[in-house]
Amino acid sequence: MAKSSDNSRRKFMATTLQSVGLSAFVGVLWSGYSAEAKAAKLVLRPPGALPEEDFLKACIKCGLCAEACVNRDSNVDQETGEQRPGTLKMAKGGDHKLVGTPFFTPRDVPCYMCDDIPCVPVCPSGALDEASVTDEKGELDINKARMGLAVVHKESCVAFWGLQCDACYRACPLLDEAISLEYQKNDRTGKHAFLLPVVHSDVCTGCGLCEKACVTEKAAIFVLPTEYATGKAGDHYVKGWDKKDQLRVGERKMDEIETKTKRSEKAPVDYLNKEIEY
Amino acid sequence: MKKIKYLLLRRFTQIGLLVLYFGANAYGWNILKGTFGSSVLFGVIPLADPYTTLQVLATGFVIGSDVLLGAAIITLFYFVIGGRAFCSWVCPINMVTDLANWLRRVLKLDKEEVNYRFLKRSVRYWLMVLGLIVSAVVGVAAFEVLSPITIMQRGIIFGFGAGISVVIAIFLFDLFGVKNGWCGHVCPLGAAYSLIGQKSLIRVKHDHDACTACMECKVVCPENQVLWMINKESVSVTDGECTNCGRCIDVCGDNALGFSIRAMAQKQKEAAA
Repeated sequence: MAKSSDNSRRKFMATTLQSVGLSAFVGVLWSGYSAEAKAAKLVLRPPGALPEEDFLKACIKCGLCAEACVNRDSNVDQETGEQRPGTLKMAKGGDHKLVGTPFFTPRDVPCYMCDDIPCVPVCPSGALDEASVTDEKGELDINKARMGLAVVHKESCVAFWGLQCDACYRACPLLDEAISLEYQKNDRTGKHAFLLPVVHSDVCTGCGLCEKACVTEKAAIFVLPTEYATGKAGDHYVKGWDKKDQLRVGERKMDEIETKTKRSEKAPVDYLNKEIEY
Repeated sequence: MKKIKYLLLRRFTQIGLLVLYFGANAYGWNILKGTFGSSVLFGVIPLADPYTTLQVLATGFVIGSDVLLGAAIITLFYFVIGGRAFCSWVCPINMVTDLANWLRRVLKLDKEEVNYRFLKRSVRYWLMVLGLIVSAVVGVAAFEVLSPITIMQRGIIFGFGAGISVVIAIFLFDLFGVKNGWCGHVCPLGAAYSLIGQKSLIRVKHDHDACTACMECKVVCPENQVLWMINKESVSVTDGECTNCGRCIDVCGDNALGFSIRAMAQKQKEAAA
């Protein structure tokens, strides 16, 4: 009797151990696959999307944004009366983006920046944040959207060659605000001007109309997710000429500010006369 | 006609729902928009999948109230009325696995019951919990990353792409691998609905007196452990794993099986006793 209960206990322990072990096995595989599946970073999201990490948590993959986009009133061809392709696509297998999440490819179909932003208020999960595209008066304002940031590759932009092209500048819905033209003298010919497109990141919404309009074979101006198209100077840089930025350092007196580094510990003469190893 | 009455009804609702969802995207119909993850009925009533909602909550994101309300509505519907009916009356993968199952019978592939030691029918409940844990760890709704259900549904609405491979994989798994493998063993969404629908009103009722023990019902049932009472007792199928598909009722030649409301069935039983 004692022996059989011993056996059954051993069997129970073994089964439990195996179940837990197999759960861990599946869990590790599953986690690994999920982590890889959400790893695609260069993805442009709809207006009002939360930062990518939060967006991927929040999006319930219902497609209501994409349906609102394709079925908006303005998306009907005026001549034929037919529906044009929508901006937002739902990622499917083979798109190499988290499956079922909305994205857009400006070179195919850019965001046309509808005033009523049909895609955002329909989002049930909060992955598209209506507040982020609402102005102080409580009205939807697509100009507040930050889907990405347009970047110019000047080596392939023919305006930088001296050819006259302002396709992106004219296509921009925020003309002269998000993209302005900078005039420069063309020293090669001596009598022509460069009309160089310059993107202003504080205004650009990342709609991609410039990328769509770009005349080069592969767009020389293109939208990247803001995180990938921006740098960061760091908090230790303070714009001394900017009163607002000055406030960051507060009321500290000059002599209170410690700026000694390993290099500046020694007097300048010593520093110049001695080789310092780092 | 009787042999396929509920089968036809189920295909009608399954395909009908897909048509409504498809039309919402393709033609802007405002009847049923979205996907199973989250939908809007008649442009007003939110609906949401309870398990998907739980996964999003597990990631730590405080999801919008529309989804919470939608998940509550769906949960309430299946809890009170439908039971696990989502699996057989709504889910499009059901058509794929039913086809695999039917082919198995035609090709006589399921003559021998194989005991898969670690692929028991309880595995799905483990996977359901595991899915929530993985969601929390990775920060993404984990089952939705690979769910053939929503991949197939979105495929029909928005275009399949390579997503069709997941559907084919499920078909092959059920046909050549494990009988009722996906829906009956693996699917964590089915597990969630099994738990939700345990106490629902609509139940299949068995009449022992009429039964001739032909066992046709057990052959077609995708969860035939729930039919333990066949030729034994006159009771209702109360197991939450029954999908209320009604196939057993269709194939029963003796009128020994039929849908009933739980309370009515109980009353009848009391009256008989």
